[in-house]
Amino acid sequence: MAYDKFNILQTSAYPLSIENVDTDQIIPARFLKATERKGFGDNLFRDWRYNSDDSPKVDFPLNNPKYSGKILVGGRNFGSGSSREHAAWAVYDFGFRCVISSFFADIFRGNCLNVGVLPVQISENFLQEIFGAIEANPDTEIKVDLQNQTVTLLSSGNSESFEINSYKKENMLNGFDDIDYLQNIKGEIQEFVKTRPF
Amino acid sequence: MSNTLFDKVWDAHVVRKIEGGPDVFFIDRHLIHEVTSPVAFLGLKTRGIKVMEPKRTFATADHNTPTINQHLPVEDPLSANQLKALEENSKEHGILHWGLGHENNGIVHVVGPENGITLPGATIVCGDSHTSTHGAFGAIAFGIGTSEVEMVLSTQCIMQPKPKKMRINIVGKLNRAVTPKDVALYIISQLSTSGATGYFVEYAGDVFEEMSMEGRMTVCNLSIEMGARGGMIAPDEKTFDYIKGRKFTPKGADWDTAMEYWKTLKTDADATFDKEYTFNASDIEPMITYGTNPGMGMGISNQIPQSDAVKDGKATYEKSLSYMGYEQGESMIGKTIDFVFVGSCTNGRIEDFRSFASIVKGRKKADNVTAWLVPGSHKVEAQIKEEGILDILTDAGFALREPGCSACLAMNDDKVPAGKYAVSTSNRNFEGRQGPGSRTLLASPLVAAAAAVTGKVTDPRELMA
Repeated sequence: MAYDKFNILQTSAYPLSIENVDTDQIIPARFLKATERKGFGDNLFRDWRYNSDDSPKVDFPLNNPKYSGKILVGGRNFGSGSSREHAAWAVYDFGFRCVISSFFADIFRGNCLNVGVLPVQISENFLQEIFGAIEANPDTEIKVDLQNQTVTLLSSGNSESFEINSYKKENMLNGFDDIDYLQNIKGEIQEFVKTRPF
Repeated sequence: MSNTLFDKVWDAHVVRKIEGGPDVFFIDRHLIHEVTSPVAFLGLKTRGIKVMEPKRTFATADHNTPTINQHLPVEDPLSANQLKALEENSKEHGILHWGLGHENNGIVHVVGPENGITLPGATIVCGDSHTSTHGAFGAIAFGIGTSEVEMVLSTQCIMQPKPKKMRINIVGKLNRAVTPKDVALYIISQLSTSGATGYFVEYAGDVFEEMSMEGRMTVCNLSIEMGARGGMIAPDEKTFDYIKGRKFTPKGADWDTAMEYWKTLKTDADATFDKEYTFNASDIEPMITYGTNPGMGMGISNQIPQSDAVKDGKATYEKSLSYMGYEQGESMIGKTIDFVFVGSCTNGRIEDFRSFASIVKGRKKADNVTAWLVPGSHKVEAQIKEEGILDILTDAGFALREPGCSACLAMNDDKVPAGKYAVSTSNRNFEGRQGPGSRTLLASPLVAAAAAVTGKVTDPRELMA
């Protein structure tokens, strides 16, 4: 499904300074029973966000009114575990368009790119600087510039570049998705199928 | 030019290379289940496109299914709706579907190999990260997201950058009571849960050559838990013996042609890897996890590491131990447990039940333990009965449930209650993985059996003749 174009995102951010955040935390399996892609944001980080009686855990960053924005900043090895795209859907549905971390699990990173969430990998030092800046001032803004592949912490002016392959970058900038591309080369694929032995 | 096994299979499936981007990568076999496919079918509908190669896709219900009374209607309306969607989507698009109760039904990564869907040199994907299991046959197999499921349904391709290559060698002979699960948990404990991220792994050396196909599947299954997209083992006579004569395995002249190709599927002697590790088999003992990711594992006779000694952040480590209710420096031996789960795509095959039965035979289930024994498929279930394993289990006070993913991810009713401890042969010990608040200790079927009959964490070697 094609999604919104992504060019420059400049907002405040939610900090989640925990390492190895796995997709079972991002969206627990019991919330994967839908047959449509909607409403997953309600259960984003369900068991970290809510007590067993469904009351919000006040100390969890997503419940803290001082935080806001369309950027989620997470600890190292973000998104490990299951291939459930529901995790990326939940991140998107909650309102995030970008996740910043110092390391991403492969499948989660790919899923994000396929649903319109930009995964931005930066150095551990810069990540810690960003966590510190948000802690000092929750309104601190971060600017993510996809065209120039840079992320800037506005309070200090410090900036780092990030990697993204040029194909995916074009897709994100234009709101295209892979199926559009694959549909356009279907003839070539059909020729390839004939060469497969099984 | 010399190539690795991975290069040979990968390069044979590249339809088109995109400069500075991913490869357009052809998929031979696509497995689908009820949880990660409905939105993909919805996408096809919205775009008005059909499944391009329905014969290359196979559907089985597993993730969200009850493990008792499968002959009755599924009670949970949301689960029932997903199962119905899988059945209807399969029917509409001409996809083979093995629903609840079908003789070929079971966990997607168990029924694929059982039915000869999994073949050497093939590319196999599924909307499930443990698709890496099929690499045991010399296939390139990995988990994908739902957008990619839609890509495969519509064009039989995905867009995938080629991963880097890693080889993990284990040399020597395994110690007594050390199973393939222990080998995998040992590797993950050494590499961490992100140590192989960005890589595709080839497992090589004496230990994997000696290992059964079931064992190889367990090891490849857990590749994702060290961050690798997948893992694979070069096919050999064991592989060919396993697949020969199965439902979808090539027959007659096709078999001969395939065999000629399959025999070329090995890493050339002078091929190189981006990263290589070598471990000694003799260093591995029965493993158990004590934390909330599969990298937090240790030999069962060791003590839980001090937070100063761990690579991951100290705060995250301490949070994890606090969730588990364990202290640094403690031994796991003797810790009381409440549940035992034997099953999943990791350890739900016949060898796992043989292994479990070898210890519980002549003993009794501990009173404080609730045990869920869930075969990976109806074929495994049938074999458990044929081999007399069911009698051993029943005599020891255990019952066998019906096939499915069950308590591995606890989408169905098989949920471990908050605060309770489960020794589990599955693949993930994440917080709440087996039910909100549940605490999971990952281990082999032997360690699970020792816990099931003693009611606490017990070294299985103490119970073995």
